[in-house]
Order: sequence, then structure tokens, then C-alpha cells
Amino acid sequence: MIRLDPKRSQNIAFAILLIVTILIIVPVLLIIGVIVKEGYSAITWEFLTGMPKDGMRGGGILPAIVGTLSIVTCAICITLPIGVLAAIYLNEYAKDNLLTRIIKLSIVNLAGVPSVVYGLFGLGLFVMLLKFGVSIIAGALTLSIMELPVIITTSRQALNSVPYSFREASLSLGVSRWQTIAHVVLPNALPGIMTGAILSIARISGETAPILFTAAAFYVPRLPHSVFDQVMALPYHLYIISTQIPNMPKNITYGTALVLLVMVLTMSLTAIVTRYYFRKRKKW
Amino acid sequence: MNTQIPVIKTVDLNLFYGDFHALKNVNIEVAGNRITSIIGPSGCGKSTLLRVFNRINDTIEGVSVKGKAYFENTDIYHHSCDIDLLRRKVGMVFQRPNPFPLSVYENVAFGLRVHNQAGGGTLDAIVEESLRSVLLWNELKDRLNESALDLSLEQKQRLCVARLVAVRPDVILLDEPCSTLDPMATMKIEELMVELKKKYTIIIVTHNMQQAARVSDDTGFMLLGELIEFGKTSAIFTSPEKKETEDYITGRFG
Repeated sequence: MIRLDPKRSQNIAFAILLIVTILIIVPVLLIIGVIVKEGYSAITWEFLTGMPKDGMRGGGILPAIVGTLSIVTCAICITLPIGVLAAIYLNEYAKDNLLTRIIKLSIVNLAGVPSVVYGLFGLGLFVMLLKFGVSIIAGALTLSIMELPVIITTSRQALNSVPYSFREASLSLGVSRWQTIAHVVLPNALPGIMTGAILSIARISGETAPILFTAAAFYVPRLPHSVFDQVMALPYHLYIISTQIPNMPKNITYGTALVLLVMVLTMSLTAIVTRYYFRKRKKW
Repeated sequence: MNTQIPVIKTVDLNLFYGDFHALKNVNIEVAGNRITSIIGPSGCGKSTLLRVFNRINDTIEGVSVKGKAYFENTDIYHHSCDIDLLRRKVGMVFQRPNPFPLSVYENVAFGLRVHNQAGGGTLDAIVEESLRSVLLWNELKDRLNESALDLSLEQKQRLCVARLVAVRPDVILLDEPCSTLDPMATMKIEELMVELKKKYTIIIVTHNMQQAARVSDDTGFMLLGELIEFGKTSAIFTSPEKKETEDYITGRFG
């Protein structure tokens, strides 16, 4: 039997841990590398600002970019206020009773629902029952429900990170609970809430299933005029040109993926920078 | 003791944290413009009692109260009592200095701004007056826009008192205000208390018996949720009536 001395076994253990950790960054680099390599040649001014041509085999992807941005903007405008207000209620007001427990359980379950189920739900409720049709608003509402648990959870974490002593200090000056939340808790929780919101935007930008039946169109060669218009969306567009169009130039497919990737990474980066900036200023 | 009506009074006050009986039949009468200290070993309920006086205990889940507590003539646990108004009159300074992450000026101005009590010019005056009353003005008048989080611990604690004084309370509750401070800083805060009692009624909870003996006019001794003895500080520390009090102040336990 081989006996390793403790020092050597420790070195081996650390080496294995390090190698496994390095393995995590390999797929990230590969994905980015392949997409940039195959797609950068498609990125031109016309590609970013033009309409699709030749059955989407040429021209630009502007309608898909604008479509994704409008769906995501609407979605965050709906989900952020609701999510933050719900988080405030749960964190600052709710007593530990049956209602609160049901709400918390719902949030956990909402987070576990597969995204394609949200898509079907949105189709049934917003597109058909409420007669919004396949539209930006139907897609945005669907995405906002899907993102609600994430927004609530990150907002609650942000509210929780505000020291309890700030609340006590404010209350002991005769400041009411609501004023305390408005003047002390929220301003100090805002960086955390914003970080969560930006990461949510990044996440839903790439979602395909929830908008599949509710907002995304196969081909709409113009920009939307209202929230009741159908739009093209980057992730869905990418699916179509990768699988549904014969003789698709490869660099256009990868170029589209690159645009989506850059959008999402930029937002994640913004979130990281925001967090870093506020963490440096925070001293409690 | 003086004959004026007590500023704060409790009648058979009982408080429970869930099933835990934290205060047992406490009857206390706190007189105005004096320093009253409450002493006792850890966990005896002294902070809990202090936190009854401005109902900051309400923020803890599962607290229930039986009996009466009065501020001046208001029954503070009556449903008609305006808690925010009560807390404006009965302010509190906490164990750990807890300035807001704002500038020195904004910390002091905070209460007034939220209560909409003063416009620009008067606000400056009140901030100056409040900082003067805690003897911070000369130290900080050129640093008003700096973050309060950069001050020393003692300055922070003074600032917390100034923040309170700015909303003009009648009573200042101090919950072990010196427990995070060094002896020099403690001495300065004690001097401040003596200065402040001219205008305010002060109730201080402390685990430091010497501090109670030095600064307070009246002292209450608590043990296991009961107010064992309450009277003039000189009497409590020289000739206590109860054996428990004597055991505690002579250092036999605690």
C-alpha cells in the first residue's frame, strides 16, 4: 500500500482542485472564442442597422435587436416595481403567518417552473384570453412573471443587507416605518436592487421559450410601432436562421449570436461594475 | 424625591418574548430633568425595559405586553397612542453608534428633513445648535460635509445624540452608550450627559456600576426581569435595602 506523506497528499489535492476550477473557464473562453472567430466578419454597420434581405440570408438584424430591446425594457418596467414592492412588503412588513408562508412558497415555486411553461401560460392568458395577440406586451408580461421571483429574491437580499441599526436609529427619531423605508432603507438597498435588475435584464434577453408563442415573429421586416406589435427577437431569430433557412451563410448565424452575446455580457459587466463601485464606497 | 408628576411611569408592567417572561411586574417612576440609571447583570431585562419607553420593542416579533406604561399622561400601549409622536418625544441612543451613511450635516438634519420641520436657514441653525449641545461643533464645523462613517467612535456616538437632540425630544434613552468606547471617550460622554440633563430627562442602561454611581441621580437595580430596588443613587450605592442589590453592587455576582 502506498502511503503519501501529508504534505504531498495536500499538494496533490490542491492541484486537482485547481485543475477542476480552471476547467470552468475553458467553456466560457471556447464559446466566446468560437463565436467571435466565426462571426466577427459579419459585423458591419449595415448588419447592425439594416433590415434583413434575401429571406434573411443577408442584410441586417436591426428588427431583431430592437425587438429584443423593447420586450426586455417593457418586461423590466413591469417586473421591477412589482418585485421591489413585494420584497419591501415581505421584508419590512409581513408577519410570519399563513399568508406570508403561502406567498414565499409561491415565489419558490414560480422560480422552479420551466420557461416553456411560462410561454404556454403567456399564450393562454395574455395572447388569447386577454386578446393582446402575439405582441411585445404579451411577451413582456410573460417574461416579467418569470423574472419576478429573481427580482424579489435579489431585492430582499439587498434590503436585508441594510443594517437593522439604521432602521432603529430612524424609528427612534419618531420617523414612521414607511418614512424609514423611503428615506433610509431603500436608498441604501438601491445598489443591490439595481445589480439584481441588470442581471435579470441580461438573463431575460437571451430567453427564447417564453417569447416563442407570445411575442416573437418569424419575419417582420420593419420596426414596431406600439407594444401590441409582433417583433423579431434575437434568440428566436438565431434559432430560425440556424435551423429553418437553407443555405444560410455561416458568418451571419455566428454574427447574430455574437451580437446577442455582447449585449448580455455588457449588461452583466455593468452589473459587476455597479456592484464593485458601491461596495467600495460602502463602509458599514 | 421631587413632587412633580413622573415623566415616565410603569404600572405592573409585564413583557413576554413569546413564552419568555422578560419583565415581571415592573413599577417605576422616572422624574424629569434627572439622570436615571438602570443597572443589573446581563439578561436582567434592563434594555428591554428601556425599549418599552419608546416602544422600539414593537419591531421584534412575538413581543406582548401586559400592564401600563405612561409617558407624561399618555398611556403608550393604548391603541390611540401615536407611536411616531411618542418616539419623537422619547428618543433613543443605542449601544453601537449607528450614524447613517450620510454626511455629518445630513445626519443631524435627517429627522428635521423627514419631519419637514425646518427650511434651509433654520436648518443650518438647528444643526449648529445640536452639534454645539453635544460639544462637537468646534471639532466638526469644517467637516460637516464629510461622511459620518469616518468619525471616531466617540464622535459618532455624540453625533447620534446630536441627531436626536435636533428633533427636540423630552426624554433621551441611552442603551449602554459607552460599551464600545474607551475610558477617555466614556468620560466625555458622561460629562455630556450631565450637561444634557439641564434640558432633558435622561434614562441610561448600563452594566457599568461605577458609571451609574458617577452620573445618575436615581438608580434602579434589576434582576431576572424584576425591578428589585429603585431610589436615589446615593442611597442605592451606600445603603441598599435589599440583599440582592447589596450582593450585586459589592460584586458578589454579576
